[in-house]
Formats: sequence, structure tokens, C-alpha cells
Amino acid sequence: MAIKKKIQELRRKREEVQMGGGEAAIEKQVAMGKMTARHRIQTLLDEDSFQEYDMFVEHDARDFDMGKKVLAGDGVVIGTGSISGRPVCVFAQDFTVAGGSLGSMHSRKIVKIMDHALKLKMPLIGINDSGGARIQEGVNSLAGYGEIFFRNTISSGVIPQISVILGPCAGGAVYSPALTDFVFVVENISKMFITGPEVIKTVLGEEISMEDLGGARVHSEITGNAHFYAKTEKECFEQIKKLLTFIPWSNEQKALLVEPRLPRPEFKAGEVMPDDPKQPYDVRDVIKSVVDDSEFFEIQELWAANIVIGFGRMGGKTCGFVCNQPLVLAGVLDVDSSDKAARFIRYCDAFDIPIVTLVDLPGYLPGVDQEHAGVIRHGAKVLYAYSEATAPKITVILRKAYGGGYIAMGSRHLRADFVFAWPTAEIAVMGPEGAANIIFRKEITDAQNPEEMRQQKVQEYREKFANPYVAASRGYIDAVIEPDETRKRLLHALEVAAEKTVTMPRKKHGIPPF
Amino acid sequence: MTAPKDRINPSGKPENPSHEIKTLNVLGEIYHTRLTRKFLSRKPWKKPDEKQLMSFIPGTICSIFVKPGDVVDVNGKLLILDAMKMQNVICSPVAGTIRSVLVKEGEKVKKGAVMIEFK
Repeated sequence: MAIKKKIQELRRKREEVQMGGGEAAIEKQVAMGKMTARHRIQTLLDEDSFQEYDMFVEHDARDFDMGKKVLAGDGVVIGTGSISGRPVCVFAQDFTVAGGSLGSMHSRKIVKIMDHALKLKMPLIGINDSGGARIQEGVNSLAGYGEIFFRNTISSGVIPQISVILGPCAGGAVYSPALTDFVFVVENISKMFITGPEVIKTVLGEEISMEDLGGARVHSEITGNAHFYAKTEKECFEQIKKLLTFIPWSNEQKALLVEPRLPRPEFKAGEVMPDDPKQPYDVRDVIKSVVDDSEFFEIQELWAANIVIGFGRMGGKTCGFVCNQPLVLAGVLDVDSSDKAARFIRYCDAFDIPIVTLVDLPGYLPGVDQEHAGVIRHGAKVLYAYSEATAPKITVILRKAYGGGYIAMGSRHLRADFVFAWPTAEIAVMGPEGAANIIFRKEITDAQNPEEMRQQKVQEYREKFANPYVAASRGYIDAVIEPDETRKRLLHALEVAAEKTVTMPRKKHGIPPF
Repeated sequence: MTAPKDRINPSGKPENPSHEIKTLNVLGEIYHTRLTRKFLSRKPWKKPDEKQLMSFIPGTICSIFVKPGDVVDVNGKLLILDAMKMQNVICSPVAGTIRSVLVKEGEKVKKGAVMIEFK
């Protein structure tokens, strides 16, 4: 009988903790369109797979009458479970308990599951929904954040780290998501900022809503802090599950091998390119013409849309795609698109995911704002990331590859394993208009009809240099291929490059132009 | 050419002007392409006016030491700008005469607000 009683006692205690901050707080959470922490985990993970730890952890704060307060699980739920049958570590802050505020024990729970994830080599998924530091706990709360940031950093490139922002995530707390690989946000629910609207109002007298300052849309389109945007929490969890099908569980493993499939017949590489080289097209149509089942999983779709990044499969194996997008800003490289590309290249390389680069860019975006924003340093990140990457690198030059842009976009010179070019490729120092104006300046100004002469010289330059054959004659590209041969060529190149080994000079680490 | 398919707008909000095909000049070549909202909201660069003293940080004016007509030296004290829990003494970048003081004590100023003009 005594044992039965003890078991009942355990059940009662569990139920108490599972109620989080109590019915009223849960009602409030639901009224905001949010799920509770445990409901979120249950929705994200395989049914009945979640195993919770540290349920009975209690805070140890005594100042400001904190000793009298009972905070269920100290405002965070941690545990392990599975997604599509594969193990994951997860924590979810519980906003119904003291606003999900982070105190010493709260952080220790997060740290425990982070250590598990790193040791056991599985992804860490963190669901953030917290008012921030628990002010009553003072520097102990800050210490907690520090321990989390440290682990985010040392786990980076070893295991995938995913941050899901499902509520406020403000002040120092934002740095944990910023250090992780992928940040997911949901419309009207996610709010991220260093200083909130109230501080801004006090200091600046400027009124701005949380949504306009650091809402999901802002971080998805303007700042680039978020990678995936969803309208509902449910949609967000589906995105996470999808992402996990593409990425390896650690840097010692390969991504899932999926049954290879042909691209869908409606996507034909040979039909994407317009006749006029100044007209745009959607580079995603080219990606879809080469990847299995024409399935392309785009990352940061809304931010710096002049470059397209994401995952697709070639012959069942995950590849990372980095592609200029002529449809937006003519596909130029600029501060944002350089940052976006460089970080993704480093992600792929860290997990040894082959990088496929599709090139069509007129160069760098001209402008005082770009120069003053440091486009030199940001643009250099792309060079650094490609040069440093030892994962298989295959490049296809579709159309324009001018100047510094040609070098930056996974060129032979940065050790691409294979470089192909379509017959439409124009590989040159600059576009025909600009080049002709410089090279034939004298002829043009001296001509009886300068404009006519200019047009003639532009045409001359175009015929001579706006093609792939000059680069091919130097061996800078390995083959000029028909657009419809692209998939076949890529598949073969990826196969032969798969077991690539590269020795780099010994060093502690490089100093990328962050 | 194949017409670029319109992207799905996940927010369902009215679409920004960035989906129209416009032209963009890159090194003399004119391209037909979409322009992003961020690109369209760029502020044109203006050469800073050396006769104007602008706040380098948002804050509150604590005290003002000069009035129109005063002659100041380089590094002469002009005012104190309280910002980020710090009282910043703002000194004159030039030697000259004050034309006007555009702020009052206790006033909150934004970053880039003109505080003092020199003759």
C-alpha cells in the first residue's frame, strides 16, 4: 500500500508541474494564439516520444521574497524525444511560469539538455518564449545566459542547433538564437529585439510597435535574423520537421539518404533563360529542373532575395544551393546577400554538405549606402567561405559572371571541384557596355558619330568576350554544357567529388571578415 | 522568355512594390529586375554640413554653455548630452562663432538632430 501511495504522490506532483503557471496563465497564453510549452513539444515531436527531465527543479532565489514563490519547473521544460523516429533534444520556455523568465536553475536545465545534445550528437531545438532575465536573480541570471551562449558557440558546427521564437525574446536572450544555425519565427507571435519599444520611446520619443520593431516579418525580410517564417505555430513545426529531413544529425554523420527521384517534367532547364540577356528569370526554376522531384527547400526566402539559398537533393543526397537571383536586383551581390550566402556556405561545409552554385550576376550593387555599410568586408565573406570550404563544390555559370562577382561565386580559382558553363555564359571583367566605354574611349570620342561607334564597340566586345569560350580556353571552366545536360553533369560531378579529401595548412582557426 | 512566377506572399498583406519589374543600372548595363523594399527605401547620401553640429547618439540635453554670437575655440565646451546613462560633454569641432542654438535644456534629441549651427 505504501508504494501505491508513493506512486500516487509522484503522479500528483507531476500533474502539478504540468499545470505550469496555472489555469489562468494558460488561458492567457492560449488567448494570445500561443500553445503552452508542453503542447508545443508534443506537437513538434513524434507522438508519445517526449521524455521530460528536471521536472522538479526549483529555483533557489531568496531575495525580494522569492523564497515564497513556487515556479513549476522553474519556467522551462527540457527533454528528449524523436522526430520522424530520429532522436532530438529539446527545451521550451514556459511563459505561463513567471513569464518564462530566465533564472539560475532555469538556465541550468537548458544547459543540461544542451550538454546532452552535444555529447550524444543530436540536434538541439530550443523554443524561446521568455520575458528575459529574471531580475530578482541578478547576476546569476546573466551567468545563466553566458553558459548558454558558450555552449551555443562550442556546439556550432558539431550538431544542428535550431531556435524557435514563439513569444518575446528580448535583450541579451536574443543572442542564443543568433548563435544557432536556423531561427524560426511566427507571424504576430515572435518578437525579438535588443531594446524594446518602451526603451526606445523613453530614450528617443519614437513610438513603434513590437511587431514593427522586431516582429516575424521584420526579421524575415529586413534584418535577416530569421530563416523561416510561418503564419501559425503548427506551420512552423512542419517547417522544422521538413528542415530536419535535409540535414545531418552531426558533423560526423551524413544526411538521410532518400530514394532518388527525377525532377518533375514541367521544369526544364533549357526553357528558363530568356533570349534577351537583360531580362530576368527565376533561378529557382533552374534549381527545380535539376533537383530530385523538383523539391527545393528555400532558406531566408524573403531576405536579400537577390541570392537564393536552400537545400535540394541530387540522387537522394542533400545538397546546398547558392544561386544568384536575376529576378531580384538583377542578382547582384550586396551587403545582405553576401552575408546570407557566406553563412550558408559555412553551414554546408561544417556538415560536409556539397555546395552547388548557380551563377548569374552583373557584379556588386553600386551605391554610397553599400560602400558605407562595408560591402568590401561583407563581400569578402563570400570569398572566404568558398575558399575555406572543403565540402564538394560544383559551380554552373548560367549567364553573367562579371568581375569580382565571377571570382566570388564558387569559381575555379577558389577551388571549385568542377565548373560548368551554359552556352549563354558571359564570363568577363565587366559587362559589354561598361567595358567598351573604357577600352574604346578614344575611338568613341573621336568618332564622327560617337553613339554609333559606341554601339559598334559594345557589339564587338559582346561577340568577343560575352561567352564562355575564353574562360574555357584557359581551362577555368571544365565544360560548356547544354542546359538540359545540367542534372546529369551535376550528378556525376557530385558522385566523383563525394570522397574528396583536402588538406589545409595547420592553424588554430582563420580570421574571417565577420 | 518564361514569365517569372509571382512569389507567394506569406503574410497575405498588401504586396510591396518590389514585385514589379523595374530597371537597374549596374556598371552601365541596364537590367530588368525586381527591386527590394529595402533597396527602394535607401536614403540618398548628403554631404555633411560642417556648419552644423549634429547629435551622434539619441539623448537628452542636460546643459548648454553657449548662446548665439559666442566665439568658441576648437574643443570649447558647447553642451552636455545625456545618453546611455552617460553625460557626454560635446565640444566644438571647429573654431568659430555660434549662429544659433537649436535645442533647449531638457530637450530630447534624436540621432543626427542639428543642435548648434556655426556662422
